[in-house]
Order: sequence, then structure tokens, then C-alpha cells
Amino acid sequence: MSPHRPAGARTRRAGAAPYLFLAPAMVLFALFTALPIGYTAYLSLRRTKVSGLGLGKGARKEVFVGLANYATALGDGELWAGWLRVLGYGALVLVVMLGLALLFALLLDTLHVRFARFSRAAIFLPYAVPGVAASLLWGFLYLPGVSPVNDALSALGARVDLLGAGTVTFSMANVAVWGGVGFNMLVLYTTLRAVPREYYEAARIDGASETQIALRIKVPIVTPAIILTTVFSIIATVQVFTEPMTLRPLTNTISTTWSPLMKVYRDAFVTGDLYSAAATAVVIAAISVVLSFGFLRVVRDRAFGEGR
Amino acid sequence: MTRANATAPAAGTARPGRRRAYGAAPTAVLLLGALYCLFPVAWVLVAATKSRAELFTTSTLLPGTGLLANLADLAAYRDGVFWLWMLNTVLYAGVGALLSTAVSAVSGYALAKFRFPGRGLAFNLLLGGVLVPAVVLAVPQYLLLSKAGLAGTYWSVLLPQILSPYGIYLARVYAAAAIPDALLEAARIDGATEGRLALNVALPLMLPAMVTIFLFQFVAIWTNFLLPFIMLGDDHRFPMTVGLYTMLAAGANQPSLYNLIITGTLLSLIPLVALFLTMQRYWRTDLSSGSVKN
Repeated sequence: MSPHRPAGARTRRAGAAPYLFLAPAMVLFALFTALPIGYTAYLSLRRTKVSGLGLGKGARKEVFVGLANYATALGDGELWAGWLRVLGYGALVLVVMLGLALLFALLLDTLHVRFARFSRAAIFLPYAVPGVAASLLWGFLYLPGVSPVNDALSALGARVDLLGAGTVTFSMANVAVWGGVGFNMLVLYTTLRAVPREYYEAARIDGASETQIALRIKVPIVTPAIILTTVFSIIATVQVFTEPMTLRPLTNTISTTWSPLMKVYRDAFVTGDLYSAAATAVVIAAISVVLSFGFLRVVRDRAFGEGR
Repeated sequence: MTRANATAPAAGTARPGRRRAYGAAPTAVLLLGALYCLFPVAWVLVAATKSRAELFTTSTLLPGTGLLANLADLAAYRDGVFWLWMLNTVLYAGVGALLSTAVSAVSGYALAKFRFPGRGLAFNLLLGGVLVPAVVLAVPQYLLLSKAGLAGTYWSVLLPQILSPYGIYLARVYAAAAIPDALLEAARIDGATEGRLALNVALPLMLPAMVTIFLFQFVAIWTNFLLPFIMLGDDHRFPMTVGLYTMLAAGANQPSLYNLIITGTLLSLIPLVALFLTMQRYWRTDLSSGSVKN
């Protein structure tokens, strides 16, 4: 900090102060973001080499293997199957969750809605429920015997195994939709509330219906926010882990490698193959990075686009 | 899913005719959404009152008579480890969110109110952290913390969750709008040091943003599963999420544990739901749009 700069420096060059203020964040970033990323990249290029019978000192050596782990990861049929499952699951979650979030936000923003505060709080409530607890709640609701959902279904004559091979993806997507719709609704709703009401009055005077106002004025206004929430949701779905892990004990239709992230976990901590885990993790990251540049662009243009 | 899909077409077809008629459809759709979101919570409230025998035999929507027995069983489970999980969760989330808020606030202030070489780079790096999948970080974080002898300790769960890209982003946006440059300049002319300035002028002005950052990070840590699941081996250090998961994994083959898991899930919801309801006005995602009106 340099409080005694000569008075000539009118627009203060900042001196050391901003660097000191940023130091804690940068140290944490170096230790818990940059270093782990570097270490993952390093591990992904290595593998244990066993010589002889693999017994005794020096029989196991870590060697540099180039991109061999990536070749294995990309050639792994189970991993691709995992991507496909997550793709289907993710598409379902994104469309339904964000569609409902937008619908609820638009409805909350219309003129004559009763119980709006109650509905808003109730729909936001699942945000406060941890993913594990949400999966447990729904997991029990999917179980025959304890579940009113199954009671109702069988009363209607439909015997559906909600955790069966054909339905488990939908059941899992429902958990994610339930947990995420409220938060996304709130983001979109707050964006809508910031719009001056006169816009809508003018449109009404011109004879526009509420639906037309919603579709032609409000939706375009919240489009940047929708893009933002979409990117965040994509990143979250690519990494889906908690829901399948928690539902797994309740059914035998979810394998230990159901999602790519579950395979990373299994490789790293169950089968002890850190190197494959690292390579797979980098592949998952690469897929997110493609999205990340788009995201940064959106954030910068939107929040800091005022010519800095 | 079925319920969710059923609501979707309703709004599209809502007829925009007379104002009064228009109000019914949106209200109904929103109430359906509220019902969908409250339903599992209401169910667990009922299910937690059922005794072991009642859980699988009585009607699923009728309360039972076993709540007190369930609570007693839960308290006795592995010598009361459940309460320890609760305490651990409060510790991780409380201390972690506090540190996170402090770091976010000073970072956001520096990024918003100073011009210095490397500012853009620092912001992009810190914000870019939001895009790095947790898995790319969690596994090597575990390995590196193991080397430092910290894996399995409270630190291993606390430290990696202090840096919050979203918190820094919010703090920067808020500081840019809420702290007038003229005020800082005046204080500097009066001879205030940068440290005093930050502590006595800037940070107090950022208080509303700090409350919001604290809440978001508190919830993020409270609900986190992957990191503590990877870091911790000793169930005496588990947070609630990992504890409930291990309980389910152990109880999958013995439905006698289901009562405990259901009761435990209910109890684990209470603190966060209470925080959520009492602090509702601070749940703002519009710190930028709400205040950047010049």
C-alpha cells in the first residue's frame, strides 16, 4: 500500500493495494485450481510400468506414455455409452427444467396471478435441498410399497417400475428438474422484474395480448439470461454424479460407470487407475472448455460491456 | 416428469382474452408447480412418522405413530454419529462461507475500483474457475492434499471451497455500482490508507452483496457431496450428505434402516429450509440489474 504518493498522481495508479487485496484469491486459485489442473494433465500422460512379476522395489515404475491414456479413454466403449446416457439425460433435463423455469418466470410476471409469493417460494424451496437428500426423497418415492406415486399408478392399472432400465433416466432427470427449476426461475424472474413496466404498457395500448407481450417482448429480453443459465446447466449435467450415485443402492439398473464422472471416480478410487481417471477427467474438462469460451463472452458482453 | 410435462402446454394455450379470465390459468399452473415442488417434502414429513411396520403396510399418505421411536433410533445409530454429521455440516458451511465471503469481497473491490496491469487476466482466471468441472479438481486435490498430509481432515473439505468464482463476480458487479469513486477519492485526500479505506468505507457499503454471497456459498457447501465424499474416510468427519449416502449404501439390503434414512433426510432438510425461509429477501440474483441503474 502506498498512501503517500505524490499528489501529482491524480488518477491514482493503484500501487500495491489491489494486488494485496487479490492475493488471497490468487493464492487459493493457484493451490486449489491451477495446481490440480496441472497435476491432472501431468498424470494423464503417465502410467505405471510393471517389470518382471511386479514384486520388490523398483519393479513398479511410473513412466511417461504420451497420449496413450487418451487413446484408451477415447476407445473405451463404456465411456462412450456413458456419454450417450448423459447426453439423453442432459437434453431432457435442460429442455424440461429451463422450459418450466421460463414458463413459471413469465407467469409470475403477469398481472393477475394469485398466491404468487407462495408459489414462488414453494418452487424455489428445492434449491435448499442437497442433491443427496433430493435423490433419497425421490428414490423412496420411486420404490414400490412406500410410494404414493406407485400407489396411484397401480390404482390406475399401470404397473411401472420407475427404477427399471427403460425409466431410470427419466426418474433421474426428474430429480434434477425438481432441484433446479426454482433457481433458474428466480434468475429469469429477477431479470424480468428489472424491465421498466412502460414497455408493456406501450405494447398493450397498441393492442398486444399478454401472450404476445410474453413471447415478443419478454422472451427476447431474458434471452441472455437464458443463455447464461443454459451454459451453467450444461456444465452441471456433463458432471452428473450425485443423483446416479445416490439412486444406485435402490436399483440394479445403474452401473458403476453410468456417467463419465462415475467412471472417473471408479478408476481413481476403486480400481486405483489414477492415470485413466486423469485422462477421462481431462476429456470431460475439454468438453466443458468449448462451452466456457462462449460463456465468458456472454458474461463480459452483458455485465462489463460498458467499454472497459 | 409426467406432472412437469403436463403443465407445459397449459400456458401456451392460455387465452389472452379478458383480463379476469386470464388470471386463472397462470395461477393454476403456478400452483401445480408449487405442488410438484412441495410434494416430496410433504411425503418425507409423513413417512418419518411411520414405524418400521407401518412404512410398508399403511397407506403412504397417512401419518404413523413412530416418529419419536425413529428419532431415538436415529440418535442411537452408531453412538449418535448423526448429530456429529449435522455439526460438521454447520462447521464446513458456516466457516467456509464466511471465509469465502471475505475473500470474494476484497477481490471484487480490487477488481472493480482499481486500474492495474493484470486486472483483466486476474478476473478471467478467477471467473474461469467456474467452468472447470469439479471432477478435474477434486481427484487431484485429494492426491495433493494427501501429499501434504491433509486428506481426511477438516481442512481438506474447508480449504478447496473458499474460492468462489460466482462470489467474486457478484462482489465485483456490486462494488462497481455501490461504491462511488468520489467517496474513495475524498477519503484518500484526507490521508486514509488503502487498508483503512477498504475496511471502513468500501466493505461496509458492500454489506448487502456480502450477505447474498454468504448465503449462496453456505448452500453450495452444505449441499456438496463430491468433495467430502472423495476427501474423507472417517465417518466422524462426514458432513450430512456423505453420512446419509453411506447410510443408504449400508441399508440398501436391510429395509429396517429405511426408517432411519427417511427420518435423517427430514432432519437434514430443516436447518437449510429454515435459513431459506427466514432470509428470503436476501436471495437475490439481481445484484447487478438491481443496482446498476445510473
